[in-house]
Amino acid sequence: MAKPKISSDWIMGCAGCHMSLLDIDERIVKIAELADIRSTPVTDLKEPDESGVDVGILEGGVNNTANEEVAHKMRKRCKTLVALGDCAVFGGVPAMRNFFTIEESLRRAYVETESTDAEGKIPSDPELAVPTKVRSLDEVVPVDIFVPGCPPDPDVIYYVLSELAQGRMPEISGDKLHWH
Amino acid sequence: MGTQKITIEPVTRIEGHAKVTIHLNEQGAVDHAYLHVNEFRGFEKFCEGRMYFEMPMITPRICGICPVSHHLAAAKASDELTGSTPPRPASLLRELMHMGQVIQSHGMHFFELAGPDLVFGFDADPATRNVVGLIGLDPALALKAVGLRKFGQEIIRILGGRRIHPNFAVPGGVNKALKAEEREQILAGVDEAVATIQVGLQLIKGWAAANMEDINKFAVFPSGYLGLVTPDDGLELYDGAIRLIGQDGGQLERFDGRNYLDYISEHVEDWSYLKFPYYKKMGWPDGVYRVGPLGRLNVAKQISTPLANEELKIFKALNGGKPVENTLYYHYARLIECLFAAERVKVLLDDPDILSNDILNTHKDFKGVGVGVLEAPRGTLFHHYWTNEMGQLQRVNLIVATGHNNWAMSKAVDSVAKTYITGPVITEGLLNRVEAAVRAHDPCLSCSTHAVGQMPMVVDLVDPSGNVLQSLRRNA
Repeated sequence: MAKPKISSDWIMGCAGCHMSLLDIDERIVKIAELADIRSTPVTDLKEPDESGVDVGILEGGVNNTANEEVAHKMRKRCKTLVALGDCAVFGGVPAMRNFFTIEESLRRAYVETESTDAEGKIPSDPELAVPTKVRSLDEVVPVDIFVPGCPPDPDVIYYVLSELAQGRMPEISGDKLHWH
Repeated sequence: MGTQKITIEPVTRIEGHAKVTIHLNEQGAVDHAYLHVNEFRGFEKFCEGRMYFEMPMITPRICGICPVSHHLAAAKASDELTGSTPPRPASLLRELMHMGQVIQSHGMHFFELAGPDLVFGFDADPATRNVVGLIGLDPALALKAVGLRKFGQEIIRILGGRRIHPNFAVPGGVNKALKAEEREQILAGVDEAVATIQVGLQLIKGWAAANMEDINKFAVFPSGYLGLVTPDDGLELYDGAIRLIGQDGGQLERFDGRNYLDYISEHVEDWSYLKFPYYKKMGWPDGVYRVGPLGRLNVAKQISTPLANEELKIFKALNGGKPVENTLYYHYARLIECLFAAERVKVLLDDPDILSNDILNTHKDFKGVGVGVLEAPRGTLFHHYWTNEMGQLQRVNLIVATGHNNWAMSKAVDSVAKTYITGPVITEGLLNRVEAAVRAHDPCLSCSTHAVGQMPMVVDLVDPSGNVLQSLRRNA
């Protein structure tokens, strides 16, 4: 039987969930044995295989148009989608932005900040993603497995990956829900 | 045939979301290449209304790779804001945690993110040119790299309870003393960490000797350099004065970080969410400078630990004592700093104050404004808070490490694109070099836009009417 294919990506997160994944330390070798690791932020393939992957993992919520595209593409191309970490699960710390308008946040950052010079302006080049309200992943696409934590504990991440890599559905309950 | 545009998106093996657009002229040569940093989160706004003492827990969420930098910069700003200077043992313990972070961040960048370009080559198959490929090719080296990162992360966990987003520094000090057995546990790993970093140094030196042509044509350009220094202008990562030197190596300024607004301004370009800091007196763009490992080693005259200082002498000789300008030497400088951090761990653990219980100053002299500055792995980090008299934040200003290098990354991308993309046929390897120009700076784009991300890569050659002439993909 072919090894299950796993792809991951980070959207509106801080990379901490992927760092917690690397915090499984030597067990990464075991995961590399069990699964075929495809596109991830730390490898060079740029997106999940067009032919599909078994497991898709997304760190981070959704706060702009580029994140929306990544979320939809991952959902379309994976069989099981994992929301990794608090931002993906419920918005996390960056969801605090929803207390303000996007315009207010952009003005503070690019015009009003004390170190910004007199020519400050809100970047608006068409090459850039357009900011939106901050949303959890399941507000944008259906999610199969939620792994909370800021970041989730490496042992929980290892459990989730090894179960999925062996064709089983992980159960996140009890101590696996505690991250602090 | 009119002008064309190539897009590289996302740039991979960097922390954050970015894409590169390369604009070609009528002759098919590179006209200009841009690095677009494509994310915005808005920490400076949404922290308004929070209490200052929450900042050491909120701001690490800017970046999960160097959360300790934000944790400590927030605590330092809060020390100032409350007029509560930490006792010496608390500062030593904070610095110890910071060294743990420098080791894990620099170690991971060299071996796991940038290393695959060096070990496999820029033109290698992207399906294997990564850390998983490294596990297959050289499992012993891959495990050493995992061990080095683990050593740094464990220092953070031992002090702060967890490896990522620890809870340790508080205004006026830290919340936990170091136990004797914990000191022993960290000490036991120092020699192996030093040995692994030295393997890395051999690797980069060997690679440099074999790739001198690339090193000397890959984004080599003058700039200013900025970083913290010790009182005698040595390398400093936790607390010190800021030294700014010009392109000839002469000192332009030496100032207290609290006064950064007198020296540094930020410029905004319409095509990036990442601002461009510059030296105020020289203006934009003349006042541009570089930070991070290359910037710091150019600014420092010596290093206080013996092994790293010997390496610094070799590094300084690369350009006859003048600032080293080669972008690819960022990798080399990063390892020398990593060696310093590992040696520094031992110095800190041997300090008689390190096991002291005098870790918190509870006396307060509330000021309502504070600046926290330190050297994050990627460069100088500023947190500046203003509160009302209750301690509720009214304004927050952040200048983050990678931001200072925004000009340099953009310049490097443009330079490498112009150097390597010359003919009508564009290969994946050429585009990987353009990405490597970004990667050399180890950018933390989540940090810098107080945002995060990663990138796949699609390169489209588009004519002026939007028709795709050639499409090159790096997906599966």
